[in-house]
Amino acid sequence: MTAMLSQIFLQYYWWIIISILASLLVFLMFVQGGQTLIYTLPQTNIQKTMIVNALGRKWEFTFTTLVTFGGAFFASFPLFYATSFGGAYWVWIAILFSFIIQAVAYEFRSKPNNVFGHKTFELFLFLNGSLGPFLIGVAVATFFTGAMFSLNNMNQVLWATHWYGLEALLNIRNLALGLAILFLVRVNGLLYLINTINDEALLKRSVKGLISNSIPFLIFFLFFIISLLLSNGFASDNGTGTMTVEKFKYLHNFIQMPVVMILFLAGVVGVLFGIGISVFRKSLTGIWYSGAGTMLAVFSLFLVAGFNGTSFYPSLFELQSSLTIKNASSSHFTLKTMMYVSFLIPFVIVYIWYAWKAINNDRITEEEMNSEEHKY
Amino acid sequence: MIDNIDLSLVDWSRAQFALTAIYHWLFVPLTLGLSFILAIMETIYVKTGNAEWKRITRFWMTLFGINFAIGIATGIILEFEFGTNWSNYSWFVGDIFGAPLAVEGILAFFLESTFVAVMFFGWNKVNKKFHLVSTWLVAIGANLSALWILVANAWMQHPVGMIFNPDTVRNEMVSFWAVLFNQVAVDKFLHTISSSFLLASMFVLGISAWYLIRKREEQLAKRSILIAGVFGLLSSLMVAYTGDQSARTVSKVQPVKFASMEALYEGKSNAGLMAFGLLKDSEKKIGDKTEWEFAFKIQIPGLLSVLTGGDRESYVQGIKDHINGNDKLGLISTTDKIKRGRYAMEILTSYKNASLNNDTAQISATKSIFKDKDFKDNYFRYFGYASINKPEDVIPDVPGSFYSFHMMVVLGFLLIIIFSVALYLLFKGTLSDNKWFLWVALLSIPLPYVASELGWLLTEIGRQPWIIQDMMTVNKAVSQIGTGTVITTFILFAVLFTGLLISEVSIMVKQINTGPKH
Repeated sequence: MTAMLSQIFLQYYWWIIISILASLLVFLMFVQGGQTLIYTLPQTNIQKTMIVNALGRKWEFTFTTLVTFGGAFFASFPLFYATSFGGAYWVWIAILFSFIIQAVAYEFRSKPNNVFGHKTFELFLFLNGSLGPFLIGVAVATFFTGAMFSLNNMNQVLWATHWYGLEALLNIRNLALGLAILFLVRVNGLLYLINTINDEALLKRSVKGLISNSIPFLIFFLFFIISLLLSNGFASDNGTGTMTVEKFKYLHNFIQMPVVMILFLAGVVGVLFGIGISVFRKSLTGIWYSGAGTMLAVFSLFLVAGFNGTSFYPSLFELQSSLTIKNASSSHFTLKTMMYVSFLIPFVIVYIWYAWKAINNDRITEEEMNSEEHKY
Repeated sequence: MIDNIDLSLVDWSRAQFALTAIYHWLFVPLTLGLSFILAIMETIYVKTGNAEWKRITRFWMTLFGINFAIGIATGIILEFEFGTNWSNYSWFVGDIFGAPLAVEGILAFFLESTFVAVMFFGWNKVNKKFHLVSTWLVAIGANLSALWILVANAWMQHPVGMIFNPDTVRNEMVSFWAVLFNQVAVDKFLHTISSSFLLASMFVLGISAWYLIRKREEQLAKRSILIAGVFGLLSSLMVAYTGDQSARTVSKVQPVKFASMEALYEGKSNAGLMAFGLLKDSEKKIGDKTEWEFAFKIQIPGLLSVLTGGDRESYVQGIKDHINGNDKLGLISTTDKIKRGRYAMEILTSYKNASLNNDTAQISATKSIFKDKDFKDNYFRYFGYASINKPEDVIPDVPGSFYSFHMMVVLGFLLIIIFSVALYLLFKGTLSDNKWFLWVALLSIPLPYVASELGWLLTEIGRQPWIIQDMMTVNKAVSQIGTGTVITTFILFAVLFTGLLISEVSIMVKQINTGPKH
């Protein structure tokens, strides 16, 4: 069987795994979205405590998914890892910085003698919640809009600006995706809190917040998607690997990969349905529809970025240095070995689900917060 | 390769990685060891049904939680710094090095992070057995994650299981099992986790001693000392055994590092083990590097030969054997290695130029050289030497290696004595009466931290100038970003990590002072 696994099959397989991890990461960033709400959503301290604890029981999943996403990208497409991380330095460092301060904020926030006071750690949560998703959105947008790098014949990266990634913030399409992701995770954060916390007043405010966050999400998301469909893309010749600029490349990708388009549309519908049933039917389960929708939409966008002979990390500085899933991947042996390891992922998902259910079986209440000993 | 390397960029990039690693390692060993201590304590609770054990478990779990978060915070940076600061390295070996990191995420981190939530919040939500299994899975997950990152580090010390691909200009994995069961990886994993168990045991022993000094929580303290004493003594013996094993492997796969650990310039048979020594400058030089000599030393005759080779006649290689070469041992000089490495580099450059010019005849001729066994064994294995300027550049910091190694060993033996005395006094029933020992135990908490950090300093200082032994120097591995950029992030991380450390210690001290809640 192993002899039959072609390199191209393994490259596609690993791009799918990367896309799944990316989609899972964006869904799980409902934690970050919720963190941006801690100053505005609760009206009492106990409400804030409930919000922080509802999110705090899940932050490690998001964090672990980010780390795994990085590790899997390193293992499967090391040239991207070397190029983007080593060049777009400031963007990635800022993302990481925001996650460092999150990791301690939950545990330290309510502990006595934490030196900096609970307000500092709440600010850490807010900063992580805002900067993390926004910058990840900006970084992912460069998969479509490109970056300023070149590779020499030894595959060593040279970044063409002294801004080391900050120049991505000057591109309006990058900003649009960053803001779309930020408002999407805020929407998902609200839906998660609606599902998890049993507090009538908080529920009403969360539903209100859903409306005010859904509108900017839709505006930025539609702007990005429309501009994507109308923009030039970066195509790679199947035989020679020569890169060319192709008009409407991403629109073509959607048309030429109808399954991906259906998945994408289903994702968008899922997010809207999740919001809709929460606002109009007062349902508590909107997070599952919106979450599944988020995953489908992100997953399909990643496939559009990497499949169908597309460069998933185009170079605006030297077109032929652009990265594709073919020229950036690991060797056949490594991809194959890692594929066997990836077969354990369903098992991982099952135990995560089981543990999640065990902890979230009952909704969080004020009484629980008053009696719980390990609380954030 | 990229020429004109900015050495200050290399130094700052190294400083940033060292800063992150040192801070990370202040927290991780406690997580690795305390997780097992918690699992043992909770097992006793579930087996006996004695509520006091639950109370003890929950108290140490609170301290575990405070430490756990900051360990994770500093860990995420390390993984990504391979890309941000060492991008050339990331490409050159990403095909091999990335795999353990990905496995770590998939198999270990998820296990740890999933069940840590059950461990913290599940006391009243899941049944006793599920909770106990979760605690054990956290311990296993934490230690599994250590396994994979140590496999990756071991590969940098002793690269195995790969082949160089001139088309992609990188090393590619050909045997996952060779990478996983690399002798250095096995030694490193066992030595690291056992030293972490020891560190956590000392932490529990020291804090429990403080309670006894203050005559508070005596039952909690004595029971905790029982667990920590037994676990710590066994771990410290294992540390000694695995440390010996590890040093023996280093003497074979990184002989210059080993010679530096012993400050052994001239190789010899019947070599003595340096029990204690003070180094001083000498007039003698190897190239432009000082040859250090002993101002004072206590040596155990013949023991180094016995430990490394099995008998007193075994020859222990010195630094000069590798700089000048040694015909009897079949060692070629560093100058020759540099020549061979440069030849290998010329062949690679010629191949890449031929590819660029589509010169098929030249491509075919040079590509066949890379498949030639003689070229691989006698030239390409010294590829990294192409970027060495002077032979003496392959000598690591001798005093740094020597002192970090010997201080670590001394501390290791001291800790065996402390655990032995603790158990002796506990079983004799006079532990509370021996205040002097309780103070010794309390004040000894930092010792395994120091020993553990020294171990990593030795590992990394002793490998210089290599990032991958004999294959790539740190100079060639660094990301080409501005030095000012790295200095800025270094300062940012230094301020943040220091602030978080102060906060963590302050919270920890307060929690210990408050004691168990129940």
